[in-house]
Amino acid sequence: MTKTMTQLDVLEAQSVYILREAYRSFKQLVMLWSIGKDSTVLLWLARKAFFGHVPVPLMHIDTGFKIPEMIQYRDTFALKWKLNLIVGQDVEALEHKHTFPDGNLSRLVCCKRLKSETLKHTLSGEWPRWALNHKTGAYERQDGGEPFTGVIVGARADEEGSRSKERYFSPRDTHSEWDIAEQPPELWNQFNTDFAPGTHVRIHPLLDWTELNIWEYIERENIPIIDLYFDKGDGKRYRSLGCAPCTGPVDSTAQNVREVIEELRSGKFSNIAERSGRQQDAEDGGGLETLRREGYM
Amino acid sequence: MSTVLESQMIKNGTQGAQKMNIVIIGHVDHGKSTLIGRLLADTQSLPKGKLEAVKAQCAYHARPFEYAFLLDALKDEQSQGITIDSARCFFKSKKREYILIDAPGHIEFLKNMISGAARAEAAVLVIDAHEGVQENSRRHGYLLGMLGIRQAIVCVNKMDLAGYDRRVFERIRSEFSAFLTQTGIAPRHFIPISARDGFNVAAAGDAMPWYDGPTVLEALDGFEKEPPRVGQPLRLPIQDIYKFTEQGDNRRIFAGRIETGTLRVGDAVVFYPSGKRSTIASIEAFNAPPVHEATAGEAVGVTLREQVYVRPGELLVRTDESPPATARQLRVNLFWMGREPMIFNKRYLLKLGTARAPVWLRQIRTVLDASELTTERNRRHIQRHDVAECVLETLKPIAFDPTAEIAQTGRFVLIDNYHIAGGGVVLQAESNAADRLSEHVQQREKSWRRSRITPLMRSYRTGQRSTLVVIAGPPQTGKAALAQALEEKLFAAGRQVYYLGLDNSLLGMDEDISRNYLRDEYLRRLGEVAHVFTDAGMILITTVSDLDSYELQVLRTLNHPGENLIIGVGAHGLAAADVDLKLNVPLNPSEAAGQVANLLTERHYLPEYYL
Ligand SMILES: Nc1nc2c(ncn2[C@@H]2O[C@H](COP(=O)(O)OP(=O)(O)OP(=O)(O)O)[C@@H](O)[C@H]2O)c(=O)[nH]1
Ligand SMILES: [Mg+2]
Repeated sequence: MTKTMTQLDVLEAQSVYILREAYRSFKQLVMLWSIGKDSTVLLWLARKAFFGHVPVPLMHIDTGFKIPEMIQYRDTFALKWKLNLIVGQDVEALEHKHTFPDGNLSRLVCCKRLKSETLKHTLSGEWPRWALNHKTGAYERQDGGEPFTGVIVGARADEEGSRSKERYFSPRDTHSEWDIAEQPPELWNQFNTDFAPGTHVRIHPLLDWTELNIWEYIERENIPIIDLYFDKGDGKRYRSLGCAPCTGPVDSTAQNVREVIEELRSGKFSNIAERSGRQQDAEDGGGLETLRREGYM
Repeated sequence: MSTVLESQMIKNGTQGAQKMNIVIIGHVDHGKSTLIGRLLADTQSLPKGKLEAVKAQCAYHARPFEYAFLLDALKDEQSQGITIDSARCFFKSKKREYILIDAPGHIEFLKNMISGAARAEAAVLVIDAHEGVQENSRRHGYLLGMLGIRQAIVCVNKMDLAGYDRRVFERIRSEFSAFLTQTGIAPRHFIPISARDGFNVAAAGDAMPWYDGPTVLEALDGFEKEPPRVGQPLRLPIQDIYKFTEQGDNRRIFAGRIETGTLRVGDAVVFYPSGKRSTIASIEAFNAPPVHEATAGEAVGVTLREQVYVRPGELLVRTDESPPATARQLRVNLFWMGREPMIFNKRYLLKLGTARAPVWLRQIRTVLDASELTTERNRRHIQRHDVAECVLETLKPIAFDPTAEIAQTGRFVLIDNYHIAGGGVVLQAESNAADRLSEHVQQREKSWRRSRITPLMRSYRTGQRSTLVVIAGPPQTGKAALAQALEEKLFAAGRQVYYLGLDNSLLGMDEDISRNYLRDEYLRRLGEVAHVFTDAGMILITTVSDLDSYELQVLRTLNHPGENLIIGVGAHGLAAADVDLKLNVPLNPSEAAGQVANLLTERHYLPEYYL
């Protein structure tokens, strides 16, 4: 009579457990939402964990170069699901054109500045945050926000080398840096939920999920996912989403979730890294390690 | 035949069978990462260009290719040729999917090995045929048992360096079997392999015709998935209690993951350690059909028929099944990973199930060197990498199961200086160790330098007997106003009285978690301060929100031999026997102060008092 849990059930239960543990432990908790498939699944898992509610604010780091559909999708669902959404942006860099698309920075330095640095300062509250007003649909500038001490992130261990060494709860020092050799241990289902003043903890509920698991879960739960992931007739789709100038689509005719799953199962991409469309990785020797040590997600 | 199986599996995808987590452990440099790299390469599990890319990179840097580089992704790892942190790799055999956890072998990174192994259901222990059984081969082997891993195989690696000699293999097998037997682990197979050359890894090869057992790949597929723990009594540690009233949702949901057993709507349940009882009204879920039953492994939320007030950290069980143990003193077996040793008289934080509680080391019974299985007695502290049997003490009872009965609710970690520094299993409740605070007070009374002024002399001078007046009750019930009114009244009557008004700012309801952990420290200081005041012949008035019986006991113990008068306001939550005077809310401060003053007179604290 007892049902056996499927692999997706097991993954879901673990992620829900981690989200609840984070919510219980961190008063200043935030969840990063990149609009991509992983963090959207994470958002869905939060609705699972909190029985339809999302009691944690979401943060989107908008480099100003995101694919336009992403912003549209973000705003639609933020209103629909009543999300407490905060946006962070390096307005100064954009104003002074200190960016790669403007021809003034390398991809890697641009990524570091518009994403890692912006994230760091928006999390700490040193930089302004733009909060969505659900009545007007507009974003309102807020200054002097409290620093966030718990940051939920959708990283998966199968993405690339350094992510395979992450913990579910990973303390970061006062400079947001990741000291890999000095990570505290994590045992059974007990996590490092305590943190010294000035430090914060990154929380990774999706660590055990693979790209295929993500898509299977999207299908099972019928999660509305942004359609940039699907071919719309030109034989191309995105496999990983980022900034327009540094993210390329892959050749694929998958037009819906089912076809994406079929494609992944067929092994079509088994010889191509998921982030191969993301050109900043190549500049980092393919490892992302340097970026991640310094606070990249 | 096998292709049919394979395509079957691909069709079903990963929604079906669960992944199996396997950890690869052993002494430094014995070839763990190489074994995994080789396994991935030989089963075509690597992204197609990956092997060539790593080979090309090695050629470019003019260093020999290592299969280990496929795993050791960190720059420091590659330059030092060592694994620093456990890596997870996803791997698929014809039978099922795996997460292989590549643990580091260097003692410096033992905490990383333990983090990796604690996630595993089975282990592969790798031993270098040339170097033989080494310190960390044994230490890792011993820790498996404590981590709760019951299934293991042993690979005797680098057989090429031993000329594929069967005698070398047999010698290591008998030596290591003997060791493992003492730790209660019986490996299913010993497999002679050459990870570098791939013999007996994914395929047998022709180097060791004398061996007819399984390859590593076959042995992995032979591990059994642990059945869900539904046969055991229900254990649901309460992680949190939600009520999203602002979103128009009035459900009061108790959330947590079922560790063992089965839960059904209508079950009569009891929370431990509080002992509160209720009945399951519903099992809640978002975007899922309603269910009437949930079992081990599920992260659930339930509502109750009769509302009870409990905090996160309690253990929910069924009344028709065996209850957990509750105790303040636990006999445990723990291993320590902190840089600072574990010492007496230091406050640590215990996490067991979903409970979090301050804890102190009370006794060290034996300390074990896990690599030699030699024990030491009479140690005063527990050092990094020690395994120790000891006694821990909390302030309030904690609910658990002895590890031999239910592993999931019998294991814990210890936090030192914000980080997990130790982990272990509870053997049983301890009943023989002296209570920590009583022992402290005994010591304190012994070493306290007494003046020649006796309590009696003070009483003559002040015309009163000293006492501590504790006003307890829920927050925002006018306790402070009462305390002030009482102080004024007694002061006006010429009494030696002082109101210590720290409560609400320090102990308010909206304090954050880290301050919550410090509540016990606040109470300790309050108790010590009260002792000085009562010893000095004063009447000390203080207020504490949500004081429970155990906390009150802390105050009483520390204030000893001073006396106490406990005023319970509103729904104070203390046992009736603990309270000397119960006052109803709303309070009229001066009227209530009069009642307390009368009681003080009645009890002869204010012998000459009259209104
Ligand atoms: N001759 C020979 N050398 C091997 C074999 N397996 C591994 N090695 C070598 O042993 C060395 C250590 O191998 P690793 O796989 O890095 O060892 P490890 O156990 O992962 O080491 P740590 O993770 O640092 O504990 C490397 O130089 C390997 O090439 C083998 O079967 N034969
Ligand atoms: Mg290694």
